[in-house]
Amino acid sequence: MMEKMIFGRFLPGDSPIHKLDPRSKLIFVFAFIVIVFLANNVVTYAMLLTFTLLIVLVSRIRLYFLINGLKPVLFLMVFTFLIHIFMTKGGAEVFHWKSITIYEDGIRQGIFISTRFLVLVFMTSILTLTTSPISITDGIEVLLNPLKKIKVPVHELALMMSISLRFIPTLMDETDKIMKAQMARGSDLSSGPIGERIKAVVPLLVPLFVSAFKRAEDLATAMEVRGYRGGEGRTRYRQLKWDMSDTFALVLLAVMAIILFYYRG
Amino acid sequence: MDIKLQQVSYAYAQGTPFEKRALFDVDFTIPSGTYQAIIGHTGSGKSTILQHFNALLKPTTGEVHIGNRIVAAGKKARDLKAVRQKVGIVFQFPEHQLFEETVLKDIMFGPLNFGVAVQEAELRARKLVNLVGLPAEVLEKSPFDLSGGQMRRVAIAGVLAMEPEVIVLDEPTAGLDPRGQKEIMDMFYELHKKRGLTTILVTHSMEDAARYADNIIIMHEGKNVLSGAPHEIFRDTETLNSFRLEPPRIVRFQQKVEQLMNKPLSKVCLTEEELAAEIARELREERAEQ
Ligand SMILES: Nc1ncnc2c1ncn2[C@@H]1O[C@H](COP(=O)(O)OP(=O)(O)O)[C@@H](O)[C@H]1O
Ligand SMILES: [Mg+2]
Repeated sequence: MMEKMIFGRFLPGDSPIHKLDPRSKLIFVFAFIVIVFLANNVVTYAMLLTFTLLIVLVSRIRLYFLINGLKPVLFLMVFTFLIHIFMTKGGAEVFHWKSITIYEDGIRQGIFISTRFLVLVFMTSILTLTTSPISITDGIEVLLNPLKKIKVPVHELALMMSISLRFIPTLMDETDKIMKAQMARGSDLSSGPIGERIKAVVPLLVPLFVSAFKRAEDLATAMEVRGYRGGEGRTRYRQLKWDMSDTFALVLLAVMAIILFYYRG
Repeated sequence: MDIKLQQVSYAYAQGTPFEKRALFDVDFTIPSGTYQAIIGHTGSGKSTILQHFNALLKPTTGEVHIGNRIVAAGKKARDLKAVRQKVGIVFQFPEHQLFEETVLKDIMFGPLNFGVAVQEAELRARKLVNLVGLPAEVLEKSPFDLSGGQMRRVAIAGVLAMEPEVIVLDEPTAGLDPRGQKEIMDMFYELHKKRGLTTILVTHSMEDAARYADNIIIMHEGKNVLSGAPHEIFRDTETLNSFRLEPPRIVRFQQKVEQLMNKPLSKVCLTEEELAAEIARELREERAEQ
């Protein structure tokens, strides 16, 4: 039942994008999120879209996964699209019916905003699809390291994040199993009046919490037994390595930003 | 109530790139009132198949007949509660499904869901706690205060309380101590004998399959490859090995004995008692000949 969830999944592969250092990918994506807002006319939006699709091509990720990543924000996309269509005034009238008037500018803005959503979702999906959760947390930890100076518990935060990521699939499996076990005992989560359905959540949540706490305890014990004492003086098994290609990716993005800046209206 | 599988295939995450086919044209019938064992290597599809027995999974292609209900690919299945009441499943590590404040309430959960009156449900719980070998005091305790083995017994009582006609057991004794294992297996066997409960046992233990089952179904790579009475199934070590299975210890022991005696015994024995009697008979005959 839960196996159709794809969001946040990592697809191992050996494309140039997969091979990039997580740090460069993280910087790339965050910078890209800013750069997207430079676009403000047809030319610049077209460039953004082309640039994104080129990266999709290089990453060799099937469009299926990216489209799937869109699903959670689809509502938001359609909603903002419609708002722009109906609310933005300016340019020629395209359509008029009773009190509803749609203007050229509205359509253009609607398309622009949807494109913005699309490239943002695609880019962040590519990051999570081509980078293992562990590498992402490693990357974040290293990038945030300077914050340690102002007493931000960077190592602990990264550890929390990697543990959570590690246990998401486990918890989903567990949910599936317990759900089935309770359904076999006649509990019904998928039909009936809403009140009944809410009551049916208790037999699911209690065992889930019990097992999550038990897992947490086991994990804490296992870590302690192996001498874990926080990040102080801890060496790394996975060394991050910055290559020419990482520099190249960031330079490429900088060039893109300059071109966008030049062509924006 | 017969359970009949016709050309059942099943794929997890169907229609996504993570699609994983787990069953291929599985085809067999489990006649009412029999004790069936389903054996097979890890990943052979045993747990997947048993979830079809009460429509927790719907086949991707093919049909499952549960009594006179038909669950078929592509058709909407409504009102499955009746089926789920008739076919009780004890999942692997069933103690993970406990959630109520007291053992009593947890055992009553199933029956109440199926519309049994509160008094009747309580009555069942009190009887069953005894049957699964727990003292009556545990009824008022929290299930989470019990030991792992006791929790397992409570969970089993919770499924039995539904008074199913068919009981499906997915490795019910995994992780228990040997004595607990035997007690629980004997209890299920007694229920099967006394109440004519159709029993389907999914197990790794060839010993249990040999000791209790009328018939054994072997699963291999998502297909049912062999079916037969225990003494037929366990006679052929080579075929078993090709499915990455071994005969029960007692059969291997018999094979050693036969090597030493330099002749085969007259039949494949499935229990210690049977083999001891057989060897004794053989030796007596030998002595008589001399
Ligand atoms: N929820 C699931 N999602 C995807 N694949 C699964 C799932 N459950 C089982 N499988 C796969 O289906 C096959 C059969 O599994 P299972 O029925 O659990 O085998 P068994 O119980 O005989 O060990 C295995 O290859 C397993 O990896
Ligand atoms: Mg299994």
